[in-house]
Amino acid sequence: MKNYEVVIGLEAHVHLLTESKAFCGCSTKFGLEPNSSTCPVCLGLPGSLPVLNEKAFLYAIKTALALHCKIQNLIKFDRKNYYYPDLPKNYQISQYDMPLAYDGVIEIESQESKKKIRVKRVHLEEDAGKLMHEAEKGVSYVDFNRAGVALLEIVSEPDIHSPEDASAYLVNLKAILKYLKVSDCNMEEGSLRCDANISVRPEGAKALGVKAELKNMNSFKAVRDALSYEAKRQIDLLAAGEKIQQETRLWNEARGLTIAMRSKEDTQDYRYFPEPDLVPFTVDKNKIDQIMRSLPELPQAKKKRFISDYSVSEYDARVLTREADVSDFFEATIKTYNNPKEIANWLLGDIASLLNARKVSIAKTKLKPGHLAEMLEMIHSEEISGKIAKEVLPEVFENGLSPKEIVRQKGLKQIKDSGELTSIIELVIKENEKSTNDYKAGKKNALMFLVGQVMKKTKGKANPKILNNILKNMLGGK
Amino acid sequence: MANTKAIDKKTVEHVARLARVNLSAQEIGIYKKQLADILEYINKLGKVDVKNTLPTSHPIGKMKNVFRKDNMKKSLPVEDVLRNAPNKKDSLFIVPKIIG
Ligand SMILES: [Zn+2]
Repeated sequence: MKNYEVVIGLEAHVHLLTESKAFCGCSTKFGLEPNSSTCPVCLGLPGSLPVLNEKAFLYAIKTALALHCKIQNLIKFDRKNYYYPDLPKNYQISQYDMPLAYDGVIEIESQESKKKIRVKRVHLEEDAGKLMHEAEKGVSYVDFNRAGVALLEIVSEPDIHSPEDASAYLVNLKAILKYLKVSDCNMEEGSLRCDANISVRPEGAKALGVKAELKNMNSFKAVRDALSYEAKRQIDLLAAGEKIQQETRLWNEARGLTIAMRSKEDTQDYRYFPEPDLVPFTVDKNKIDQIMRSLPELPQAKKKRFISDYSVSEYDARVLTREADVSDFFEATIKTYNNPKEIANWLLGDIASLLNARKVSIAKTKLKPGHLAEMLEMIHSEEISGKIAKEVLPEVFENGLSPKEIVRQKGLKQIKDSGELTSIIELVIKENEKSTNDYKAGKKNALMFLVGQVMKKTKGKANPKILNNILKNMLGGK
Repeated sequence: MANTKAIDKKTVEHVARLARVNLSAQEIGIYKKQLADILEYINKLGKVDVKNTLPTSHPIGKMKNVFRKDNMKKSLPVEDVLRNAPNKKDSLFIVPKIIG
């Protein structure tokens, strides 16, 4: 069987974090009463005129520069015309032939190699309203609160060759956008959305295959799953000597497959023309330099610095720098407890699981860098064991008390007193004659069992080192 | 330079569909003629000598970089927004079903 190469291009749409919409003063807040955040401008009422939100424009330029794009000399807007109930004006203010920025790049890591995915264009536009369908009643409901919210479209070149790389691209893009604080990239609330173009071709072939456009992918996992499914579907078709239709396909999460959308007649006939209601825009060299200088340290650079400054692994550095909150927490903890590797282990292990389970970001919890440093210090000085620390941590999360205070309140301090431990061990040996004899007969595993019994009696508080020594002495001595 | 693309029946039907307008056979005939007349009129521009004229990027001359600050303004009351809606429910507009 022939080998096929998968070719993927991604189109990401990102809500910019502005207070008001792109061309009017309506609020961009999510979850307001339907249609309560609308006005003559975003409803397209006659006589209204759009005026561009300066912050949206600057955020767009900032993002474009962080993605290493060139900025267009003259920036203008165009009308994309189509009739659909989510679009009150019957056109969307967008950018056609002269996107705000072009020719950028996003770096991704895949299986130990680095790849550069080219960014074809970045442009600013307005979002459409939201439609909800009620099939049984034969109606759709329209909420225009989202109509007019500033949206940045970021289009990659077809440089991506696997679903995993597509996911890595999105993860990195999201990290950059969050570092820049230009978007909250909340996929559940639709502030980061992604469509994909995917085609396959026999390995070595020059010409691109016929592509399908995939929509309706609402998570990074959905993007990966949909692309995997679609790549296989296309390869199977070609291998069977069949043809691929150029079409839009919707990812069906529940059924785990893509379904062809009823082909819209006259697709692509958007009759773009320049938006006469908005004047052109320019950004001079000084302004660009000023924005460049104001860019924060971005994930890639921070990752490199973490590896060289803190000697953490490539993998740890990558995960630590994915969110600015986490990397800030990491560095703040190092200031008082200088053991980056231990801090990384806790951040990427127990703390990450707690965050995942609660679906919160670390900055929004009661856990502070000082808490983690204090807890690690207590493990280091053998005041508590690592195991007890795992019990202490969720408590800090819940009530924000210091680890010291929790250990004191709950009496979790390690038992290091040999006298106290000896009497407990004596009891355990008496109660477990069989294991004691097994150990003496040479079964080393029996020791672990006895240690476990002591831990059970002390609720995990016995100092493991001292416990082991006393136990071995008592067993071996006889 | 004149746009010589003829306005035929198919073009009128296509434009009508894009505009979501239903046209009778008789109306298609009417608009075919009217659109052709309009295009012919516009095509007169093609005859103008523009050798010494710079392209206009925007009708408002040299004006550029007109912004508003990112400040929230009061939106319309929902009752007003929905006032002219033929069909509504719970602050939402109701339209015929779009996709199944
Ligand atoms: Zn508005």
